[in-house]
Amino acid sequence: MKGRVICDGRAAGRVLKSDVPLGLFGHLDPKTGVYREAGHPLDGKCVKGRVLVFPRAKGSTVGSYILYALRKTGKAPAAMVLAECDTIVAVGAIIGAIPCVDGVDLSALTDGAQVKVEGQEVILAAR
Amino acid sequence: MKKGKGAAKAIEILEALGRIHGARDMVPVGSVQVSGVSYNNIGEHGLAFLEEWAAMGSKAVVPAAMNPGGSDRRIWKSLGFTAAFVRKQERVIKALEALGIRPSLTCTPYHVGVTPKLGEHVAWAESSAVCFANSVLGARTNREGGPSAIAAALTGVTPRHGLHTDEGRRPTRVVEVKCPVPAAADAGALGYLVGRLLASDKGGGIPYLTGVVPPPGSERLTWLKALGAGMAASGSVGLYHLACVTPEAAAQGSKLAKAAGQKSVIRSLDEGRAALNRGSGRLDLVAVGCPHASPEDLTRILRLLNWKKAKVPFWIFTAEEVRRHAEQTGVAASLGRCGATLVADTCMVVAPLKELGIHTLATDSAKAAFYLPSHHGAGVYFGSLEQNVAAALRGEWSAR
Repeated sequence: MKGRVICDGRAAGRVLKSDVPLGLFGHLDPKTGVYREAGHPLDGKCVKGRVLVFPRAKGSTVGSYILYALRKTGKAPAAMVLAECDTIVAVGAIIGAIPCVDGVDLSALTDGAQVKVEGQEVILAAR
Repeated sequence: MKKGKGAAKAIEILEALGRIHGARDMVPVGSVQVSGVSYNNIGEHGLAFLEEWAAMGSKAVVPAAMNPGGSDRRIWKSLGFTAAFVRKQERVIKALEALGIRPSLTCTPYHVGVTPKLGEHVAWAESSAVCFANSVLGARTNREGGPSAIAAALTGVTPRHGLHTDEGRRPTRVVEVKCPVPAAADAGALGYLVGRLLASDKGGGIPYLTGVVPPPGSERLTWLKALGAGMAASGSVGLYHLACVTPEAAAQGSKLAKAAGQKSVIRSLDEGRAALNRGSGRLDLVAVGCPHASPEDLTRILRLLNWKKAKVPFWIFTAEEVRRHAEQTGVAASLGRCGATLVADTCMVVAPLKELGIHTLATDSAKAAFYLPSHHGAGVYFGSLEQNVAAALRGEWSAR
């Protein structure tokens, strides 16, 4: 699948998928990489090394700094794939050096699947 | 464009934002205003990021100013800020200064000599400043974030899209106002209602307001400031047109209004006033100057105080340059004799109010009344400047 490059790079990992928007600030803990939001599909899940797949972000503009902090603590996701990337995630991806692609049909990316992100391409590993 | 590692990162950010928003190209900017300055907002991670960017050695290539930080740099101790907080805040300011950004620490750069011209492209970040620059001055800026504004400062450009383009400045909705809006606080309440009304309009919405004009004289700018600050807080409005008043509406007239696909009517401000005025119990502080007070605002407050003495702390937030001017003219000392304190470099929205022991306050700012309950868990009384001065003198809030 081809999307639009937000932050160029190559990465591989297993998909961690949310069908609903993620709030970065206040939910994603940079110390542990664990997402916390009661009732959210990612509640209690760690983003470290995963290809984080979600439709879009929600919440505070300070969220960009959370992605930067995850890089510093070594808990960053391997890559991010979104339906629609906003300014907060775009800036966060760049300052956190996390490969990021948007404009992708997320339905083909199931939770746990092994994928590669290479520039604008999101490639599902052969089973 | 200036070379260097910091500038290279800036270009990467701007190009990504340009791609996301479908920008045609980059447009040179005349000035930059950077938000995300308060340590209370950006925290340890934001500070670490700014220090790393500063260490790359690139500097602003256009005039760049800072939004308020989290504390007053001169009288922090007497206001109750902790040394630990002030140390962190100073590190943020130092990192931004290293990037070539002037520590003006105000949401009103236009009161301290940064006044873009009609049609000038700029990259400003604080929401009320953005709304003032676009609407009242007729300059052109999108609602930038902290990093994207710094990126514009280091390169002198910003992606050309949205409010930088003629198409992006057309109104989405005509809002007919059918009630009196006499004072600045009323304009704030109107702004609050307009922001809510436009929340679902494309791109945050652009209102074309009719049926209302600002008061004449020195309160005019304060009224226009409050109107924009209110709608930028409750909604994501970065530009409003006011029939016969704001430059683009005055020049293009009803032709501009024709672009709006929708129309709404506001018949009363009561709902807005009630939603913002939710305080109860003991008053800890009366706080005005959100957005930062102008020199004219200070003399108006002094007149209302009329040499009587406030019974609760009365803080007036303003820019340090405006405070220094007030110190030279004697206005600051006169306010001080009435128990009013000029507080600079910070504001009630971005300071750590809880740490300062402030639980309930009164204000004339719709923007502050909108944010303080959710950001700081504070109770807020909202009313006119006259009501706020009366509350300070009485030591308690009165509905009238």
